[in-house]
Amino acid sequence: MLEIKNVSKTFYPGTINAKTALDNVSLTLNEGDFVTVIGGNGAGKSTLMNAIAGTFAVDQGSICIDGRNITRLPAYRRAAFISRVFQDPMMGTAPTMQIDENLALAARRGSFHGFKWGITKAEKEQYYEELKKLQLGLETRMTSKVGLLSGGQRQALTLLMAALKKPQLLLLDEHTAALDPRTAMKVLTLSQQIVEEHHLTTLMITHNMKDAIAYGNRLIMMDNGHIVLDISGAEKKQLTVSDLLKRFAMVSGEEEVSDRLLLSH
Amino acid sequence: MNFFASLLNSLPSASAQGMIWGIMAIGVYLTYRILDVADLTVDGSLATGAAVCVMLIKGGMDTGLAMVCAFMAGMLAGAVTGLFHTRCRIPAILSGILTQLMLYSINLRIMSNKANTPISVDKYPLLVSSRYVRVVGWNNPLIVLALFVALLIVALYWFFGTERGCSIRATGANRHMAQAQGINTDVNVVLGLMLSNGLVALSGALLGQYSGSADVNMGRGAIVIGLAAVIIGEVLLDKLFRAFALKLLAVIIGAILYYLVLQAVLLLGLNSNDLKLMTALVVAIFLTVPNLKGHLLKPRAKGKEA
Repeated sequence: MLEIKNVSKTFYPGTINAKTALDNVSLTLNEGDFVTVIGGNGAGKSTLMNAIAGTFAVDQGSICIDGRNITRLPAYRRAAFISRVFQDPMMGTAPTMQIDENLALAARRGSFHGFKWGITKAEKEQYYEELKKLQLGLETRMTSKVGLLSGGQRQALTLLMAALKKPQLLLLDEHTAALDPRTAMKVLTLSQQIVEEHHLTTLMITHNMKDAIAYGNRLIMMDNGHIVLDISGAEKKQLTVSDLLKRFAMVSGEEEVSDRLLLSH
Repeated sequence: MNFFASLLNSLPSASAQGMIWGIMAIGVYLTYRILDVADLTVDGSLATGAAVCVMLIKGGMDTGLAMVCAFMAGMLAGAVTGLFHTRCRIPAILSGILTQLMLYSINLRIMSNKANTPISVDKYPLLVSSRYVRVVGWNNPLIVLALFVALLIVALYWFFGTERGCSIRATGANRHMAQAQGINTDVNVVLGLMLSNGLVALSGALLGQYSGSADVNMGRGAIVIGLAAVIIGEVLLDKLFRAFALKLLAVIIGAILYYLVLQAVLLLGLNSNDLKLMTALVVAIFLTVPNLKGHLLKPRAKGKEA
């Protein structure tokens, strides 16, 4: 499904600040995989996600989705088959536009924008039903500006938008990190519901090891630009946080790194 | 009282000028508020519109067609700014300044190297003229302009309701979101700048006809007048006017009020040479107030975008 081959990315190459964020990373996702990604700050998690989404060009390697090479495709064109929820709740929605207008844009993700009316009556009815499922009362505020919503409501809306036109790949970039624990929990549950309902192939970065274990069918851990752990299936089901820490110390060969990981969540 | 009599006397011409500048201000509103790009091209494209329109009418072209040409000339100017900004990655403000400076030379060229080209309503079939501002009839510029503005607002309301219009609004509201929804934001920024400068040039075309001449300096400070109109409209009517079409109407009303206030302070004895200083100061104050509020509420500003 998603095939990443030997991808590398160095920021500020040739300067004293040079930082190799991805070092020859290869990763293959199967159809329907729900992969959680963990790792300390600067491990390369977000860089991996940005490389897939096309935020920047990678230095080397290739990225393919369903056999199509998208390595050189700009971000807005990849959006036709990749949808994304950002860490910052401000980033995923247009605050000065209405809730239904935001959804209408998401429904047209990756298609040509012509001179047809931007939102139809039938769509509004569909959005009403979809919003109702979120159980946040947003269906009664469809013409409110998204800027008036709370961070949690916005992330829930962004999730709905991400799945409105079924993407081949869903990227969740620490999308609950900026929320309070209770809201984070709700948004996370909602994420799982949406992923299961639409059978979405998903890559989710999280800082929370428990979440990384609890969600998805596969877990990868990154460190220093490498994928150092890749656990799936039955093995993942039996995983505990202390297992994860032990194995991390083993593969990275550093004892103190586990503190860094622990502290960061 | 003499002052009020004079003010009342200047009401028709202030309204007419306000409506013409209001169209320019709608252009500013599109970039400044909807696209979130500060575009200084307008100081040049206003005169471009007037120059193109006046020269073409004098050359024998139909008035309506000449105005369409003026609109397209403005779109071209906007496209240049847009390409400077999106393709050459020059900051928007600088892109606008570069185009504006280029337009100064181009406008002189359009007017055969003359800084001012008069056009008389006696000889040419102009759409609006200040001469008829007190005439009761269909050639009264107030009626013509009111219809013109109404049509324009309807057209813009339609455009920004379409898929393309929505995607331009999203581009201005949140580029990250727009790109994540598969929108080519560069194309939309160029389109927005083209539309905006097309309207500004159209306003210039009307202004040239209304005042009876195209002048290479007529657009100086236009951006500030446009901002003043946008801000006056927002301050007074933001709570009342929520729909998009009404927000555009608020800009027009803001421009008319700007010209009324202008007349009032001139009648009160302000030296007209000080006008630009006053206008700029008033705009600066109005732009500062919301920022001050933000500072007081949130002690630490949010981090800059990467």
